[in-house]
Amino acid sequence: MKRAVLLLLLFLLPILDPNPYHTEILSTAALYALLALGLNIIVGFVGLLHLGYAAFFAVGAYTYALLNLHLGWPFWVGLPVSGLVAGAAAVLLGLPAIRVRGDYLAIVTLGFGEIVRVVVTNLEDWTGGPNGLMGIAHPSAGPLRFGVEARPYYWLLLVLAAVTAWACARLRRSRIGFAWLAVKEDELAAGCLGVDAIRMKLLALALGGCVAGLAGCVFAAKQGTVTPDTFDFIQSMMILAMVILGGLGSVAGAVCGAVILSVAPELLREFAAYRMLLFGLLMIVLMRVRPQGLFGSR
Amino acid sequence: MSETLLRIDRLTKRFGGVVALSEVSFEVRRGSILSLIGPNGAGKTTLFNCVSGVIRPEKGSIRLSSGRQGDLLSGLAPHEVARMGIARTFQNIRLFAGMTVMENVRIGTHVRTNAGWLEAIWPFGRRVRQEEHWSFERATRLLERLDLRDAADRPADALSYGQQRKVELARALASDPELLLLDEPAAGLTHQEKESLMEFLRGLKQEGLTILLIEHDMKVVMPVSDWVVVLDYGAKIAEGLPKTIQEDPTVIEAYLGAKT
Amino acid sequence: MTPGELFLQQLLNGLTIGAVYALIALGYTMVYGIIQMINFAHGEVFMVGAYLGLTAVLSFGLATPATGGIARLIIVIGIAAIGCGFLGLLVERVAYRPLRKAPKLSVLITAIGVSFFLQNAVMLGFGAQDRYVPEMLPVRHWGGGTVSITPMQAVIFAVSFLLMLGLQGIVYGTQLGRNMRATAQDPLAAKLMGIPVDRVIAMTFAIGSALAGAGGVLFGVYYSTINFHDGYLTGLKAFTAAVLGGIGNLPGAMLGGLLLGLLEGMAAGYISAQWKNVVAFAVLILVLLLRPRGLLGERLAERA
Repeated sequence: MKRAVLLLLLFLLPILDPNPYHTEILSTAALYALLALGLNIIVGFVGLLHLGYAAFFAVGAYTYALLNLHLGWPFWVGLPVSGLVAGAAAVLLGLPAIRVRGDYLAIVTLGFGEIVRVVVTNLEDWTGGPNGLMGIAHPSAGPLRFGVEARPYYWLLLVLAAVTAWACARLRRSRIGFAWLAVKEDELAAGCLGVDAIRMKLLALALGGCVAGLAGCVFAAKQGTVTPDTFDFIQSMMILAMVILGGLGSVAGAVCGAVILSVAPELLREFAAYRMLLFGLLMIVLMRVRPQGLFGSR
Repeated sequence: MSETLLRIDRLTKRFGGVVALSEVSFEVRRGSILSLIGPNGAGKTTLFNCVSGVIRPEKGSIRLSSGRQGDLLSGLAPHEVARMGIARTFQNIRLFAGMTVMENVRIGTHVRTNAGWLEAIWPFGRRVRQEEHWSFERATRLLERLDLRDAADRPADALSYGQQRKVELARALASDPELLLLDEPAAGLTHQEKESLMEFLRGLKQEGLTILLIEHDMKVVMPVSDWVVVLDYGAKIAEGLPKTIQEDPTVIEAYLGAKT
Repeated sequence: MTPGELFLQQLLNGLTIGAVYALIALGYTMVYGIIQMINFAHGEVFMVGAYLGLTAVLSFGLATPATGGIARLIIVIGIAAIGCGFLGLLVERVAYRPLRKAPKLSVLITAIGVSFFLQNAVMLGFGAQDRYVPEMLPVRHWGGGTVSITPMQAVIFAVSFLLMLGLQGIVYGTQLGRNMRATAQDPLAAKLMGIPVDRVIAMTFAIGSALAGAGGVLFGVYYSTINFHDGYLTGLKAFTAAVLGGIGNLPGAMLGGLLLGLLEGMAAGYISAQWKNVVAFAVLILVLLLRPRGLLGERLAERA
């Protein structure tokens, strides 16, 4: 009941406070909440340290962009397709990645993330190169047309994030969720108890990637343009930091971490030049003082 | 006459230059308790690891007969081995520290349940609810049987050593196995706990479970085993009835080392 | 330029940058060998070295190539090496040592945090745009025909070689080196034997960072422009080199560096300059998948 009220309140926010700048911030926060929830499945639930999540965000964005610009596909068709393609990409790139020793998984995912970005930047004929793609259509639902105003996107993202959060919470308490936790804690013992560790990891990657794909699609539709420099390592790190700040594995934590780290730069506008510095400091201090994050255990 | 459940045939495993297992062959009869003994480093846990699919042997085979004739176990991945009805415990207890006792035991039921991610999310699945219910009930019954009911919701690593061993045992049994591999289940237990363990194992045997046991404590091995196999430096040096093994000079020498 | 000449030139160029990669890779490999940590911030130390070098050059007045350029270069390298050595000590003491017993994830995140911090600090101090590094050596081309080697390249080879030789000397000829090797093999036993493990680890960081600092100066003078973002990219490449050679393995890092430089040179010459960065990432992933021990095998501490 409490959550329904909270959700309603969140929904009404842009009406109660019609300031378009504020709504813009809200929609950014909702976008990152969605992304953080997706990464949380991979890093938090199964324990796969992924440093290249932005690649799937990119895949979703570019998938919709290309489908829309070249085939004229509308947003609502592009949305699930982007999710599926990004999920598939996550599995494909994950297949080799999960074979390497724990320490190196992070570096391999980072490598893949960079490769995706460089490939996208260099395949000019397909992706528009460093300048990206432009003129991507905004969504429209019957008579209603999304424009550049943030409000409808905020609502859409809010719905997506809420559904994702709900699904994650259910997953975590399910047979699959406990299997994930077992793999995270002790992969060997989990295997001997019948848990197919590889399949569990790939499932997490697929679901996490899919969520990023959805986010990417909405992002592309809202911006109208996509450029590769949005999807760099810093972006991957930012989302990871949100999950870690919130507490690995915690659904509420992922959302909170996302909100805090996406709103903070807006509040600290004057310090924009110090953004990376403060971000770095945050991580150093966080690992020292409260590595389990806000909602994590132990 | 009970038939062979597990057949180990000329099992060989090398780690670099070290021969961990060398042409080890023996059979485990269905419904019996077989103990694997031998000095430290003899290859006992390596054998377990081969059976459960954690490591792959160089030569030899492991066969499980479970209705169908001679299913090949060697070469399967651990989770596939578990699916064939084999469960195990570990020498250094490997409980999932981030879970409660109940949650640990319920992981054991993973292999007997089916709910996937879609069913997990969909809130209206009756089958999923039934599965969850069954899993919970089974775990509860096992915990009761092992006198752990009160500890069910406590974090697994908060329990005493002896209790943790019991949780690991319950977790292995939750998968309803045909064959149970126990790696030094009595290590670190008090005398009383060892007595309970032996009782419990006898009870399991009566229910038709087959048990393969690694143990160092002869006071546990001898009373409880139907058959004993002795390994030394990776090779089988003797097998037979407990009483026979106890008096076998080769075995005695292996344990005591070369006499002056 | 005939194909043979192109090949030779690319070879030369590749080995040059490879020597720099080798210097940085040594830092990664030493730290991983001794405490099993991927020092994500190591690339930034290299970058700081480049900027320290730039500062030194600018502070001491423009180096005119004709007048004792090499001597000045050596001094600048020395300054950067010492400065980076201290930076390495500082980072180890403040950021990593408190997390000695923490899970790997925490340490990695901290290292990334340090990396971001250093990048941004340099950006704030020196600006986000490329900075030009003055020539320190005469711009000449030695060699026959179209294949040539510049004095700078020769210096890079010489300096790298000497530094690596020096490192071998330290590791195999001094008490510190013996302690380092012992700690790398079995930290607990080392401690029980009375080796000051904390100090040894600190010195490992210091030496690795000093080498990276030297590499930074060489890099900056060779390419004439530096940017605060160079650390990230070059760092990853050097890490790839370390893995390629076999992590924890000193000759491996040297070999890996040279090899990676070569591969990159070939890619730049025969494919395109844009794709040459992908080469490093591709090599990294391939090595980790197909031969994670690297070419010369790993040297790691025995785990309990």
